[in-house]
Amino acid sequence: MSGTNDLYDPKQVAALDPETLDAARADASAAFAGASTLEALTALKPAHLGDRSPVLTARREIGALPPQARSESGKRVNEVRVAIQTAYDERHEVLSAERDERMLAEEAVDVTLPGDRHPRGSRHPLTQLSERIADIFVAMGYEVAEGPEVESEWFNFDALNFLPDHPARTMQDTFHVEPAPARQVLRTHTSPVQIRALLERDLPVYVVCPGRTFRTDELDATHTPVFHQIEGLAIDKGLTMAHLKGTLDAFARAMFGEESTIRLRPSYFPFTEPSAEPDVWFPQKKGGAGWVEWGGCGMVDPNVLRACGVDPDVYSGFAFGMGLERTLMFRNGLPDMRDMVEGDVRFTSAFAVEP
Amino acid sequence: MRVPVSWLLEHVDLPSEEPSADAVGEALIRVGLEVEDVVAVPTTTGPLVVGRVASVEELTEFKKPIRYCRVDVGAEHNDAEGEGAGTRGIVCGATNFAEGDLVVVALPGVVLPGDFAIAARTTYGHVSDGMICALDELGLGDDHSGILVLPPGTADPGDDAAELLGLGDAVLDIAVTPDRGYCLSVRGLARELAGALDAPYGDPALLGHDLPAADGDAWPVRLDPSSQCRRFVARRVTGLDPTAPSPWWLRRRLLLCGVRPISLAVDVTNYVMLELGQPMHAYDAATVTGDVVVRRAAADEKITTLDDAQRALDVDDVVVTDDSGPIGLAGVMGGASTEVGAGTSDVLLEAATWDAPSVARAARRHRLPSEAARRFEREVDPAVARAATDRAAWLLANYGGATVAPGVTDEGPFSDPVPAPEPVVMALDLPDRVAGTRYERGAVVRRLSQIGCAVEVAGADPGDGGGAGLRAVPPTWRPDLTRPADLVEEVLRLEGYAGIPSELPAAHPGTGLTLAQRRRRQVSRALADAGYDEVLPSPFVAPAVFDAFGLDADDDRRHALRLANPLDADRSLMATTLLPGLLDAVVRNVSRGLRDLALYQVGQVVRPGAGDPPAAPVLPVDARPDDAAIASVLAGLPAQPLRVGAVLAGAWERAGWWGPGRPADWADAIEAARVVGRVYGAELTVSADVHAPWHPGRCAALRYGDTLVGHAGELHPKVLEALGLPARTCAMEVELDRLPLAEDRPVPAVSSFPPVLLDVALVLDETVPAASVVSALRDGGGDLVEDVRLFDVYAGPQVGEGKRSLAFALRLRAPDRTLTLEEASARRDAAVETASERVGARLR
Repeated sequence: MSGTNDLYDPKQVAALDPETLDAARADASAAFAGASTLEALTALKPAHLGDRSPVLTARREIGALPPQARSESGKRVNEVRVAIQTAYDERHEVLSAERDERMLAEEAVDVTLPGDRHPRGSRHPLTQLSERIADIFVAMGYEVAEGPEVESEWFNFDALNFLPDHPARTMQDTFHVEPAPARQVLRTHTSPVQIRALLERDLPVYVVCPGRTFRTDELDATHTPVFHQIEGLAIDKGLTMAHLKGTLDAFARAMFGEESTIRLRPSYFPFTEPSAEPDVWFPQKKGGAGWVEWGGCGMVDPNVLRACGVDPDVYSGFAFGMGLERTLMFRNGLPDMRDMVEGDVRFTSAFAVEP
Repeated sequence: MRVPVSWLLEHVDLPSEEPSADAVGEALIRVGLEVEDVVAVPTTTGPLVVGRVASVEELTEFKKPIRYCRVDVGAEHNDAEGEGAGTRGIVCGATNFAEGDLVVVALPGVVLPGDFAIAARTTYGHVSDGMICALDELGLGDDHSGILVLPPGTADPGDDAAELLGLGDAVLDIAVTPDRGYCLSVRGLARELAGALDAPYGDPALLGHDLPAADGDAWPVRLDPSSQCRRFVARRVTGLDPTAPSPWWLRRRLLLCGVRPISLAVDVTNYVMLELGQPMHAYDAATVTGDVVVRRAAADEKITTLDDAQRALDVDDVVVTDDSGPIGLAGVMGGASTEVGAGTSDVLLEAATWDAPSVARAARRHRLPSEAARRFEREVDPAVARAATDRAAWLLANYGGATVAPGVTDEGPFSDPVPAPEPVVMALDLPDRVAGTRYERGAVVRRLSQIGCAVEVAGADPGDGGGAGLRAVPPTWRPDLTRPADLVEEVLRLEGYAGIPSELPAAHPGTGLTLAQRRRRQVSRALADAGYDEVLPSPFVAPAVFDAFGLDADDDRRHALRLANPLDADRSLMATTLLPGLLDAVVRNVSRGLRDLALYQVGQVVRPGAGDPPAAPVLPVDARPDDAAIASVLAGLPAQPLRVGAVLAGAWERAGWWGPGRPADWADAIEAARVVGRVYGAELTVSADVHAPWHPGRCAALRYGDTLVGHAGELHPKVLEALGLPARTCAMEVELDRLPLAEDRPVPAVSSFPPVLLDVALVLDETVPAASVVSALRDGGGDLVEDVRLFDVYAGPQVGEGKRSLAFALRLRAPDRTLTLEEASARRDAAVETASERVGARLR
């Protein structure tokens, strides 16, 4: 359409004719209603709402009218334009809703399909147990002390009041290290860390010592030559056996619940006097709540304190220790210790990563 | 030690009813004995009686010997009429008895242990109207070599045999701790029981015997001081009837203690050992020649011991000798040449007190953990030797018709009068202070007296604390009581640990985990979160693994610590790297059908390096050794750094509905090492390296700064083949002790201005490591380069032979303004320029 109004001739502005406009509105409505997809609807848009559509052509013609005629024509054209636009929008909304519904239905998946592209890892239950126990004692103000696995006999035996040739020394089936004059062993217990702690630290000392230990036991369901212990040591002024019992009671409650408690049986260890073996009341025991033997403990022998330069007339204290494999076995009802050492991923995976 | 409850109770004076076996066991546990088992001697029901064999008819028509016996089982049970009136007919397959012997007969209606019901039945052509019993059938041990023949005069036909056999008794199996040697005897255990039950105790060592008064020596005995023999008592009996059987009560007790009866002379020495804790030896006096001399063995001396083994003696061994040479390995085992036998009528009895460490060493050296050695190495009461010889002599006289010679030899520093042990002085309230409770007045003195101490109280108010003390002379059988702490334990255990209160000490201010401990936990957690499973393999490795790894002859990892007594002779070394254990775990998992593996371990390795450690000085234990001495012992220990290792095999990403999986590769192994580095806030730098057991073209050295911290990559195909590992197995190992421990991390300045993103594709020689291009781009681009990321690697005809194209995405940003494209492009050009200068890069 030409934009010039030079040759004004009302007959030429047929586009403003009301019938023409009504027809355009009717055509558009019919066309939009006939569009069954969004694509089809969009394709109709230029013909009915585009620059060359009748209604827009009519609007451009308004400028050619005499001023007195413009207002009325403008109003009429605009009404029609809005009506067509509304018809379009309404149809668009209907078709969009239909399309969305169809697409969501088409995109549905089987949510039960596996998603494990890469399996989760896991930490060994002994590591997690060891950390759990250490954390309980850290919460009581203890620190974690460590030491080497290849240890001097002085730390592993001599300073712990094991006399040479005493049967107590052979009771712990020891891996000896060559050459013999170096007097080194694979530590048979975590107790040498007690000695290290007393030599290195200022008094009072409250430490727990987790670690790997070794004895010449053949691997079977209840023994392993490489195992783990955690040991506690408290040396302070005025510590008594009642404090030992109270500490173990608190430990038992933290591990096994409020019902759990400790009882002590007299026993013998070279490095404690008096010595005791704790039994723990284990409410979740297989086959019913009951007592379970749980390590060893006692008041630190004055000879041990003396070897570390601690005056036994001023300081006293207690020590306790337990095997982690054994603890894990009764806590989790595991029948066979071999599963813990063989490294089968099915065993470790079952324990995942504890918070 | 196994001991029948009835024997213990004989020495404890209980006013009312006897406690049950379980109650006795519980009481002993309460005072510190490890009662491992309480085994009831099985009971029988029905008429179990004593019988006398009246006649024996051998039935010869069968394949094995069968006897038809007529047995007098008492008027009540004998056949009243018929041919065998006054006896009963029983068929028996044993042949170790004769007419006139006393036997135990289970009559029809008896149910023996194991639900073995006895009924009359016809067998081998006769009616067998009962059974003549063997020991095992009665539940007394496992001896089935013949039926039980009771010594003459033990009982009469028709007597109840169940009571005679002591059925219904129980046996305690007690593990005795090394400090309580005296509890390896009825004497010691009964004393413990009396203490536990707070009942009076009768010491069997004080039992008097009517014997000739000592007059002169039993035998000339000389103790060389080198023998360290504390006491040697000997007594001689003559005219012993070698065929005299041991009385039934004695045999029964030996059986229940697990000792096989042999002959009167041997049984008596064993019995006295069990009763009094004094190991004894009986020599056939007729075979002992000349004076007895106790000394250390000479080099090249030999002895044949009672177990018929010839043993080369060590100069540290203590031996009992006569003119012929060694006739006994002191405290361990006697010699064969002077053994009492079937014809022995002249017996020399020895009860000695040996030096405990000497016996312990000899028993270990000769691998002879005999009952005697077990007691001597835990120390034997030197005061009981005389009572033991007298008791043995009296038993031989009484049951073997022997005459006890008046001579008594008693030599050594602990001969009669036995020196009293050193007294121990203790504050009276020390037990209260150790236990954290208050014991009732008099408890301390009463308990110490109960264990055999002679106690004197000093101070104004003996029952109270306040400076009052006591002086206790320990008994001769308690060499373990030398200090106040030892006495305290005695009081506490006898008063009962159950009475000790439970009191939580006031919380002590701690500092929590150290940084190193936290990092170690984080490493473990980070790897688990990344998909790795933790394993705890054994550190024992075979030397062959280092060959399989292809290590050079002088590789430091071959210098491994050697165990003197490995469980498995092949695996005698302590691992110098975590890889062998991790790879073992891979092999085990693969053999179990688990193929996609990502395993890790955090642990110490042992790196002794070349050369042996020096001989260690022996440090004192009675005071803190000086710092230099401690340092020298510590310096002798091998280095034991903390490491983390990881291995990968099979698929890293699994195949699934999403498409094919992706096998684990060298890059995953390096990424695992980077994960570890990041825990420490350390960005590890990677460079190519050749390092066994890795693939020479797929091995990365990992560094923090200039410090080598480990290696990662794919393992050498030859190594995989040698160890039976899956193809393309990858591994990394990082030494955690070499990573920085910094509490403070840099605080990054986060710019909120928009970045400019630019890509560059560079063509380089294919040998140029990507990491060096990245650092060139970073250096050339300067501080506006926020990130450089390699996003594509291309090799092919378009870039030419021996070349490859690396495409990088650069992110540039200014901290204080919006960077213009011009400025960013200039920086990009500078970065490329630097890459071009350093590594010959040209823009593609």
